[in-house]
Amino acid sequence: MKIHETPQDNIKTLGGFKKALYALDEQGRYRTCATSGWEVEEIVLLDALEDYRRKAEAARAQALESKVSPIAYFMHRRCMDPITLAQAMGLFRWQVRRHLKPEVFRKLSDGMLQRYADLFRIPIRALKRFGEEET
Amino acid sequence: MKDGRSFEHRHFAHCESGVVTSLLGHHGLELSEPMVFGVAGGLTFAYLPFIKINGMPLLSYRMPPRSIIGGIQRRLGVRFRTKKYRDRGQALFDLERFVADGQAVGLQTSVYWLPYFPPEMRFQFNAHNLIVCAKEGDEFVVSDPVADHLVKIRPEDLQNARFARGTLAPKGFLYYPAFIPGGIDLPAAVRKSIRKTANMMLHAPVPFGLRGILLMADRIEKMGREDPRIVRLILGHIVRMQEEIGTGGGGFRFMYAAFLQEAADLLANPVLREASGRMTEAGDLWRQFALLCARAIRSRTDGIDLPPIAGILRRCAEAERQVYRMMASG
Repeated sequence: MKIHETPQDNIKTLGGFKKALYALDEQGRYRTCATSGWEVEEIVLLDALEDYRRKAEAARAQALESKVSPIAYFMHRRCMDPITLAQAMGLFRWQVRRHLKPEVFRKLSDGMLQRYADLFRIPIRALKRFGEEET
Repeated sequence: MKDGRSFEHRHFAHCESGVVTSLLGHHGLELSEPMVFGVAGGLTFAYLPFIKINGMPLLSYRMPPRSIIGGIQRRLGVRFRTKKYRDRGQALFDLERFVADGQAVGLQTSVYWLPYFPPEMRFQFNAHNLIVCAKEGDEFVVSDPVADHLVKIRPEDLQNARFARGTLAPKGFLYYPAFIPGGIDLPAAVRKSIRKTANMMLHAPVPFGLRGILLMADRIEKMGREDPRIVRLILGHIVRMQEEIGTGGGGFRFMYAAFLQEAADLLANPVLREASGRMTEAGDLWRQFALLCARAIRSRTDGIDLPPIAGILRRCAEAERQVYRMMASG
């Protein structure tokens, strides 16, 4: 890749940051150059995020019908699956799987709910009163 | 030790090689990022489809986290002082003290907890490296090598980032160069690393090295029977590992080509110059592979034409094979 070929597609997903790339100058020497992103990166990232968004929306609908717990919604919204969530919480997978059930969720202590809320970066009421206000 | 307030922020392609380059430069050992990456043996390929993270296969274009810190110590005789913490309070106390003493330190962090990161990129990834070089008011000044300017972070956010749980949990990992030997024999170190990387890429068993790339090509070709949605996500995941996470483009292949170019001059070895050119071609092929995948994802058609995608990966492997043979012979 030559410096003048480096993509400058101003992608949204870089949030205004620039990244450094290694590319060849006119003399065939490698240099670092800054890029505002490559469309390819944006396409694949947005596709991955779209998948989480869809799962989150499905979980939200199910949570409102009390088929899963609100934890499922926030888990997908923060781009995690049950295994990643368990690791990030420092819990066993089976514990997280249980917490995804509405009947188990209802009995969770405030301490545990607060740990989930901290991880999801939300106030605890977003879990306790899920669906009552916009989250 | 130098004054952290005089710390010069520089923009790098990759976090760990960037932090190590920056810290060594700050302590008087000026090396380029490609030199640090190359001499530490940072390049690899690994494809482990049986290990899934968030449902996606584990793959890597570089050696595991902390191996650049380890590699640079092994090859150059540099010594880093490293520290891990159980106690969050102690970690913050020590950091405050280092900053007060003007000692810039490298930290391992989780991007999930870094507020200055673009929100779309804040995944559970626990092995991001950055430098804390000063404090302004209540906030730490951060030289994040993959950012193009200095940023600031509140202590509570930094604490969360340093003590995130999960795979590769940082546990407050902190490091800085404590000893830099005089009279480093860089040519000898470069020769050793080049031979080691070449042998690993040529001879490592499946799923590592060239055999790993070929395995990934075979797997992709056989994905035709799977749900097209899953196929798109897996292709996208591979491209993200290659381009999105600071790699300098082409899954570190361009950065390694830059290293080979520098090594060719250092050792006056024309074979390495040729190897660098061939590695650039390999990097260009990886970029083409990424482009094909992105097109397939965007078209959203059900029948993704997988054989050409697998085909270009096999060409990547072939181009790289020539590079490593030249490296092994040179």
